[in-house]
Amino acid sequence: MAKELIKGNTAIAEAALRAGLQAYFGYPITPQTELLEHLSARMPELGRPFVQAESELGAINMVYGVACTGKRVMTSSSSPGVSLMMEGLSYIAGTEVPAVLVDVVRGGPGLGNIAPAQGDYNQIVHGGGHGDYHLLVLAPASVQEAVDLTVLAFDLAEKYRNIVAILLDGSIGQMMEPAELPPMQPLKTEIPDWAVRGTKHGEKRVLTSINLDPPAQEVMNLRLMKRWQEIEKNEVRYKGYFLDDAEYVIVGFGTAGRISLSAVRAAREKGLKVGLFRPITVAPFPKDVIDQLTQQVKAFLVVEMNAGQMLEDVRLVVRGRKPVEFFGRMGGVVPLPNEVEEEIERLIKEPLTTEGHPRDRWLARLAETIG
Amino acid sequence: MVVTDQPTKIVYKRPTSLDPRVTHYCPGCTHGVAHRLVAEVLDEMGEVGNTIGVASVGCSVFSYYYFDMDFVEASHGRAPAMATGIKRVYPDRTVFTYQGDGDLASIGMGEIVGAASRGELITVIFINNANYGMTGGQMAPTTLPGQKTTSSPTGRDVSRQGYPIQTAELLATLEGSAYVVRRSLHSAREIRKAKKAIRTAFEVQKHGLGFALVELLSTCPTNWGLTPDAARNWLEERMIPAFPLGDYKISSAVADLQI
Repeated sequence: MAKELIKGNTAIAEAALRAGLQAYFGYPITPQTELLEHLSARMPELGRPFVQAESELGAINMVYGVACTGKRVMTSSSSPGVSLMMEGLSYIAGTEVPAVLVDVVRGGPGLGNIAPAQGDYNQIVHGGGHGDYHLLVLAPASVQEAVDLTVLAFDLAEKYRNIVAILLDGSIGQMMEPAELPPMQPLKTEIPDWAVRGTKHGEKRVLTSINLDPPAQEVMNLRLMKRWQEIEKNEVRYKGYFLDDAEYVIVGFGTAGRISLSAVRAAREKGLKVGLFRPITVAPFPKDVIDQLTQQVKAFLVVEMNAGQMLEDVRLVVRGRKPVEFFGRMGGVVPLPNEVEEEIERLIKEPLTTEGHPRDRWLARLAETIG
Repeated sequence: MVVTDQPTKIVYKRPTSLDPRVTHYCPGCTHGVAHRLVAEVLDEMGEVGNTIGVASVGCSVFSYYYFDMDFVEASHGRAPAMATGIKRVYPDRTVFTYQGDGDLASIGMGEIVGAASRGELITVIFINNANYGMTGGQMAPTTLPGQKTTSSPTGRDVSRQGYPIQTAELLATLEGSAYVVRRSLHSAREIRKAKKAIRTAFEVQKHGLGFALVELLSTCPTNWGLTPDAARNWLEERMIPAFPLGDYKISSAVADLQI
């Protein structure tokens, strides 16, 4: 199929539809709304359910209902709306049913603004809902990657009966880029053996997240953890750039990773041995590769559009063996490549330490701005 | 003992769609009656093998123990949203929610109004017993002015704690609502009327006529601190004046329905 110039939100919507999306429920929120708008036209056209819900609470619980039937279902939102969905996500996880969530992150906390940010990392990756569960989280850095990961998301959700989140920021959602859309897949017809279906044939099926017997609930929790270990073993995805001889490595996901790549290329032109490591699955986090890189490099620089949320995951792997520095922009401010380049130069020139916390050093550098 | 060769005629038995289980409901609670009525109606309509139920949070959180059919369990208040999802992908199935007053009229008011306004083709069985039963008898949106509960210990003071919500009346104002009525479970006569309403509410769904809800005034002897008999009297004397029984919305299509 030929490439077309298409907006990120629209591309994800169309990719989901072509991946066999059987029902969509959502609520308007910027910078995600085009996704809902596109499906509001396309789903009815194909005779598939689309409901603009009364709220994000309504939307995620409509998703929960369809997830219990085993049909392909998705919702999308942006940060404040995703906060509202946390309850539903915990229930869906606790019921062990598959669903896909798209979070087009905007500046926060609170109402924040509608500009691109990555401040939802913790709430998506480390679970904003109650209880021990994990989302499988895919972080695209371009419209094409968002399309490809959307298709993958449905397969992974079904394979593991787990929620898969596509975590992108407003700039990928809003940006138009050439992308190739996937072919139209036929809709799934088989009903999984666990799904409710309302039939007189076979056993009664009940799907619930309640279990009043603590030991039995513990067994359920252990099952979730075992499944997560399997996901960690099988599903780690990432991209490395200029890593073979890199002495300094930037770690960044999504747009922060993409912008850092421009900085890395510029640094390479100056002969600096810098590489980029871009996690595509931020959950499961690519721990092993970062562990290997730790042995190879002189120092890491983590770049994010938040106050260093993934930074903590990187530090857990590096464990003080090598210096880790941090650079972040927040509140809807997108870092510029030359800002990252300056950070690379600082990393190379200035004395480094494994003591203290990189966030403190970053904030100290911003002392004048903070006042 | 009179011996007769007349064949035995069964006049009363457990509905086939009700599982034979020991109830977890308190003595004198009318949840069991409501469950039975729903099961009888689904039996009579031949819908048992074609139904998906949505349980809610409250005393009826385990209602799926009793119904012999596929069920899901919603989070607090969100049963109408879950039912919406299921009904939209399974339009030929009968989908119903079974919700209490805290679930539906407090935390879940947004979801029930949304479902009713969309004319969602689901049936809602709404149990109004004027308090939060499962958590031990706190004030509900349906608690009467002056009624003592564990969170309105001196009686519901409307100046601080507001007024009861008349759910059936409120939902009847919505165009998407096809059938919204209030019945009671305090006497045999009213129970028979309630069953007829439940049957209609499921027929409305089967015929695709719109959103259907039956509000059932119910007793909660344990939390009201009354005997089952006194609870029935309290319901009749105190609740019915605040929540009058009647038909609040019968769309013209429903009025024409022949059952």
